Amino acid sequence: MEITKQIVAEHGITEEEYGKILNILKRTPTITELGIFSVMWSEHCSYKSSRSTLKMLPTKSERVLVGPGENAGVVDIGDGIWIAFKIESHNHPSAVEPYQGAATGVGGILRDIFTMGARPIAILDSLRFGKMDSSQSRRLLSGVVSGIAGYGNCMGIPTIGGEICFDAVYEKNPLVNVMSLGIISDNKIVKACATGEGNPIIYVGSATGRDGIKGASFASRELTESSYEDRPAVQVGDPFTEKLLLEACLELAKQDYLIGMQDMGAAGLTCSTCEMASKSNVGIEIDLSLVPKRAQGMTPYELMLSESQERMLVCVKKGYEKEVEKIFAKWDLHSVVIGRVTSDGIFRVMDGQKIVSEIPAKALTDDAPIYQHPEKEPEYLKEAQAAFSLQPSAFSLNEILLKLLASPVIANKAWIYEQYDHMVRTNTILCPGKGDAGVVYIKNAEYGKGNTEGTEKAIAMSTDCNGRYCYLDPYMGGMIAVAEAARNVVCVGAKPLALTNCLNFGSPMDPEVMWQFRRVVEGISKACQALDVPVTGGNVSFYNETEAGPIYPTPVIGMVGVIEDASNVTDMGFKDEGDVIILLGESRDEIGGSEYLKIIHGMIAGKPPLLDIEREQKIQQAVLEAFEAKIVKSAHDCAEGGLSVTLAECCLQGKIGAKCSCQSAINMSPISLLFGESQSRIVVSVSSANLEQLRQIIVQAGIPYEVLGVVNGDELIINELIQLPLKEMETAYQWQG
Amino acid sequence: MKWAVIVFPGSNCDHDCYYILKDVLGQDVCYKWHKDTSLSGIDCVVLPGGFSYGDYLRCGAIARFSPIMNEVIKFANNGGIVIGICNGFQILLEAGLLPGAMLRNESLRFICKDVYLSIENRETIFTRCVKTERVLRMPIAHAEGNYFVDSETLSNLQKNNQIVFRYCRPERDERDERDVVSFTYTDNPNGSIDSIAGICNKNGNVLGMMPHPERAAEQILGGVDGKLIFESVIRQ
Repeated sequence: MEITKQIVAEHGITEEEYGKILNILKRTPTITELGIFSVMWSEHCSYKSSRSTLKMLPTKSERVLVGPGENAGVVDIGDGIWIAFKIESHNHPSAVEPYQGAATGVGGILRDIFTMGARPIAILDSLRFGKMDSSQSRRLLSGVVSGIAGYGNCMGIPTIGGEICFDAVYEKNPLVNVMSLGIISDNKIVKACATGEGNPIIYVGSATGRDGIKGASFASRELTESSYEDRPAVQVGDPFTEKLLLEACLELAKQDYLIGMQDMGAAGLTCSTCEMASKSNVGIEIDLSLVPKRAQGMTPYELMLSESQERMLVCVKKGYEKEVEKIFAKWDLHSVVIGRVTSDGIFRVMDGQKIVSEIPAKALTDDAPIYQHPEKEPEYLKEAQAAFSLQPSAFSLNEILLKLLASPVIANKAWIYEQYDHMVRTNTILCPGKGDAGVVYIKNAEYGKGNTEGTEKAIAMSTDCNGRYCYLDPYMGGMIAVAEAARNVVCVGAKPLALTNCLNFGSPMDPEVMWQFRRVVEGISKACQALDVPVTGGNVSFYNETEAGPIYPTPVIGMVGVIEDASNVTDMGFKDEGDVIILLGESRDEIGGSEYLKIIHGMIAGKPPLLDIEREQKIQQAVLEAFEAKIVKSAHDCAEGGLSVTLAECCLQGKIGAKCSCQSAINMSPISLLFGESQSRIVVSVSSANLEQLRQIIVQAGIPYEVLGVVNGDELIINELIQLPLKEMETAYQWQG
Repeated sequence: MKWAVIVFPGSNCDHDCYYILKDVLGQDVCYKWHKDTSLSGIDCVVLPGGFSYGDYLRCGAIARFSPIMNEVIKFANNGGIVIGICNGFQILLEAGLLPGAMLRNESLRFICKDVYLSIENRETIFTRCVKTERVLRMPIAHAEGNYFVDSETLSNLQKNNQIVFRYCRPERDERDERDVVSFTYTDNPNGSIDSIAGICNKNGNVLGMMPHPERAAEQILGGVDGKLIFESVIRQ
């Protein structure tokens, strides 16, 4: 086939990039080679527009064993227990085919985890859709939720948390970010490498079909009306096969003859092979005629670009091919030697005797283009951040609180998380909806490496981002995303350890988007440094825009924290009559960017709340100290909806009322006091006998605080402003999807 | 007692059952791969939950033909104790060891949440450790748990005392309630006929239940009611 300008353009390759390809090959590429370059140099695989900015992020700490660049980051949580975790997006596929898009998003992130030799023990989902009053959004939401449930439940891995937001900007471009975390036993990390000339490259798992061809390129452009025609670019998931693959791969991971393993995710066979070769500074030769196929007459081009799911590439020491076959045969899976490691650094693809592609492996990875696209401060910012005046609301304060409790972002999400198996593996000690983070514990009986005191560790996970804050102030928004995610794991008693991020943005060709991107990353970096939480990897998803424009900058943070003694974990619910309620932190007169403005006034305006990251750190530290002293009976941070919503949620979760009087903020408007979203605030309850001890911790930390009141009765009372029976709040809080 | 947990391709609660039996209850327990063909020396067989064969075709319909199932049927017919949980229950139905079939949940959704169970028959080897007048709390997690039988079979089940658990709602819904006396049959999460959550065979040695007792056997997970089921068997 002749490679015309039109064919090159159809592959999303620019003229300049094509020139670079000609220069590397010193000849015209074959159509298969062009396809390979197009996916490897796609934004999705190469991070060509984000790589230079991402360098800003701190990625190291003494706990980090594997940072960005592998399938998942690995962190040592002490006492010889290592965990692997990562978050990834599956936005574009979910926009055109919500069930399969979300399902294969789960499948993909799980493979990332078990490729490292880790057994996945938890899943979290961070989802964003348009307004719930549109049938399009409801269709997408129900498809995505069923897809996550369909895949995760079948795999037997609990979905323990996540978040869900709604805003018109996500109407046609929903965000589906999935995070998973796994445990590595025996301190054996598997990497995506292939070494030793002549060692076999083995294809394991499902056969290759025509699904998901060029998915990586599809994910690297904007969504348009005609994106629906790209549905063949969406893969079809088979969780049953993945479950078998998981068990077989973990069995293989224990073997000493295993050299490396790489999953076939984006860009399938192409990406897995050349990444393995490039990372190990070797060449790899594969023969496509040996690849198990599920469709007839597949061309080399299709085989190389297919994104059929549930496939892996494995490199083992020569002579152990039969051993691998035995492991995979037990699970009724393919295991076929399709190639070998070479020493010439060339990624060579054969189809029987015929060479169909011959490219230096490094050219596809290290030599991928890097861009520094122009940036420009967005036009909308000044106007959006400007001071605004508010018409007094026609609703009473009680009514406003009920409306906020009923808004989908805040309301009870039971109808969603009850569709996910969140208890399988019997480790989940905080189910979704109970606390600010999901928590699983690590059984000493299973890992045999408990703490010296004999207590059992637990891991807390939370995903967070307020896209509205990031839209109104990308730097502050990025910083708040990290701070809030950390605060959430602190509220269940965990020390924040490391994070993974999923940076969802519009088109990098838009200077305003690139400006948002840099500012957000700067904000994240700042917060990471201040809180001493490194980034161990993640994912950038650009081109989240439709004819209506880009989405809000949405840097989703997946935070991981560790609890030394699992029995110390607590949820957000108030516990016993007479317990004292304390607010750590300070309420300011801040209403900009709030849920209140959006729900009650339909406004996305003002500056988001200010974050003093040093104070944030002190408050988190103080709460952790209180946890260590075993005096915290409940903890919950103030987020969307402000202090009143936080107190209401503590009451609803605990099925008990509270009598509060907030004096420190008495001079500000009741609206800001009740619904303002000032940062760095945590509501804690302790028994009255322990109040003094908590007070000492707080005073020592030098942070503002206020004793708000007591747990009491069956209604929530705040000053003379709010008085609502639990039953009424409960009714508003229920959301039947 | 010697326990065997059967592992089908796609089982995913096998590990949880094994852990509870071995580490929480100190039992002698082993895994049996679905291609195994012997249950010699085993006193009690557990068919765990999960998605055997991906629930493709129909839940349990393919697993029923796994080689080990011939042995499980023989074992049960000889009076061996068999517990099928969730997908395991579905497999027992498909294998004909228990009567009836599972429909999709009335809501057409997967449901994972805690439910309350009334003990309808306290005389079985699976329930004798339950104090009288207790309802049990444990989770369900399934999409096809809407139990169905024809009216004749249902009246036989009732007549023979084969209904072991029903979904129920305790009158007082307080935290940490332990000894609830009164309840109604108004909380049926999946539409099961007669609110049935678990049944046994006529001989009383084969139990099928949709709720997961293995998920409610440690205080740290929020409850230990499920332990009573296993303890009842152990106490024989």
